[in-house]
Amino acid sequence: MATWKRTSGFWISIVLALIFFVVVQVLISGQILNSFYINTLFFMVINIILAVSLHLIIGVTGQFSIGHAGFFAVGAYASAIMTMKLQMPFALALLVGGIAAAVAGLLIGIPSLRLKGDYLAIATLGFGEIVRITLLNVDYVGGASGMMVTNLTTWPWVFACLLITIIVIANFTNSTHGRACISIREDEIAADSMGINTTYYKVAAFVIGSFFAGIAGCLYAHHFYIIQPTNFGFLKSFDILIFVVLGGLGSMSGAVIAAILLTVVSTFLQDYPETRMIIYSIVLILVMLYRPKGLLGTKELTSFFKLRRATEGGIGNDNKHTVA
Amino acid sequence: MELIQQLVNGISLGSIYALIALGYTMVYGIVRLINFAHGDVFMIGSFVGFYAVTALHVGFFPALLLAMAACAVLGVCIERIAYKPLRNATRIAVLITAIGVSLLIEYGTIYLRGAQPEAYPSTLLPDKKLEIFGVIINSQSLLILGTSIVLMILLQLIVYKTKIGKAMRAVSHDAEAARLMGINVDNTISATFAVGSALAGAAGVIFGIYYIKIEPLMGIIPGLKAFVAAVLGGIGIIPGAMVGGLVLGVIESLVSGLGYSLWRDGAAFIILILILIFRPAGLFGKNVREKV
Repeated sequence: MATWKRTSGFWISIVLALIFFVVVQVLISGQILNSFYINTLFFMVINIILAVSLHLIIGVTGQFSIGHAGFFAVGAYASAIMTMKLQMPFALALLVGGIAAAVAGLLIGIPSLRLKGDYLAIATLGFGEIVRITLLNVDYVGGASGMMVTNLTTWPWVFACLLITIIVIANFTNSTHGRACISIREDEIAADSMGINTTYYKVAAFVIGSFFAGIAGCLYAHHFYIIQPTNFGFLKSFDILIFVVLGGLGSMSGAVIAAILLTVVSTFLQDYPETRMIIYSIVLILVMLYRPKGLLGTKELTSFFKLRRATEGGIGNDNKHTVA
Repeated sequence: MELIQQLVNGISLGSIYALIALGYTMVYGIVRLINFAHGDVFMIGSFVGFYAVTALHVGFFPALLLAMAACAVLGVCIERIAYKPLRNATRIAVLITAIGVSLLIEYGTIYLRGAQPEAYPSTLLPDKKLEIFGVIINSQSLLILGTSIVLMILLQLIVYKTKIGKAMRAVSHDAEAARLMGINVDNTISATFAVGSALAGAAGVIFGIYYIKIEPLMGIIPGLKAFVAAVLGGIGIIPGAMVGGLVLGVIESLVSGLGYSLWRDGAAFIILILILIFRPAGLFGKNVREKV
């Protein structure tokens, strides 16, 4: 009974998510949703995966990385090579895309995570640019003109990836490891002196985050027919950063909500790219000036529903207690 | 001879980077902020110079001064509106604001005048080829180099010989102590932004003459490279920024001279990552241990 009480929230959300999946699947197979809505939906899910994976790095671990588009690009190109050049199945390409991005995350993470704050930001930005310039100059992947990719991304794949990303990252955040990461975010030197292996946890968060960015890259590549290095410049990194910052640094549901909201906004402003960027930048500045914690701060959406129970004297307010 | 030719080109290019890097380094030294918008101030300077030449029909030096003045005002406005309210905020909040300001200037410019590039009038400076020991030197390059050197000497005089320069050095050393000694910290920070932005504006005009083509997003790459130059020399150290800029310019020219011109932009970032890993304080910096 006690176990059910603790995990009921999890199972209820899984059931709700599956209902949502079936409803959308029926709408797609019944051809009630036209391709515009399907496109927006897929783009939304890809953005959510990107936002949640960056949230793990910036929001949970406090490592300010602005080269996320680099990992996204690595995943996209690695999976496109698997399906288009080596004729491998999509599932394998998905896995390879994620692993390639994770390896890239490991390679860049180990040396550069000795850096802090601004320096790390610039190093990751530099990494993203190196990836873009490399892709631009390698003829095997088509150079500047890019690669043609067949359309293999389907709703079940997109949904499964989204669900797995959210479950893995939410569980990671609530585990002993996640607590360690949060302590690094709050004060790295203090965490270090309490015996937490800060480098290990920072690299772990980086690798997991880049793995899911790679998965998102694979879904993106196999949905948009063509991938080009220009799609993965640092404006893309800033886009992902804005999701995390607007949603609240440290709130996963905030990142998800911001990703949904901004995808809808940018779909409507597709014909006015300058206006979109001006709105983005003004929002960014105003949020930082007046509400630097973002929409939700470090709160999760679920904590609003549990508020009453907690004040009545239940255990904790969000089941986030670990023994460590 | 080819090598010396590349060196000459590299020094001209490097002097542009050095001028932008000086602004980065001064601002970082005084408020510990990577001013992402600095590259866009450089772009605005370039456009002010362009419009001054084409619409007002002035010569090189009036255009240069006009661009410097406009950029100084812009720099102070950015600091007062966006950065000053965040003086005590977290580093990440300030960095995100800087990114926001940068995007706002870029896309605001595109919104106002469109994204189409412009060509700098080539008659602005005398264009003669001088041949010295088989090396062909463009008279424009010499004038560009000369202007940069004069501006750098001027900066050294401001920082080391004037009262406001003394205040700048005091604030960058310890802002709280400087405040207690009766220095107006806010005005000093504004002055730093004004001087740094004016240098970026001058670099913008020089860049326009050197490369001819200017466009609203042109500030991004030179801005990032100037930042690399500042880190290379040791961020916060003025001579470091000059040397870093020149070194970076020369390395880039050598990379293109060796036939890898497409990798030129990559070289700067590889240097950045190597420097950050092996010598994060830069060539001229000292390592300072952080205390709890």
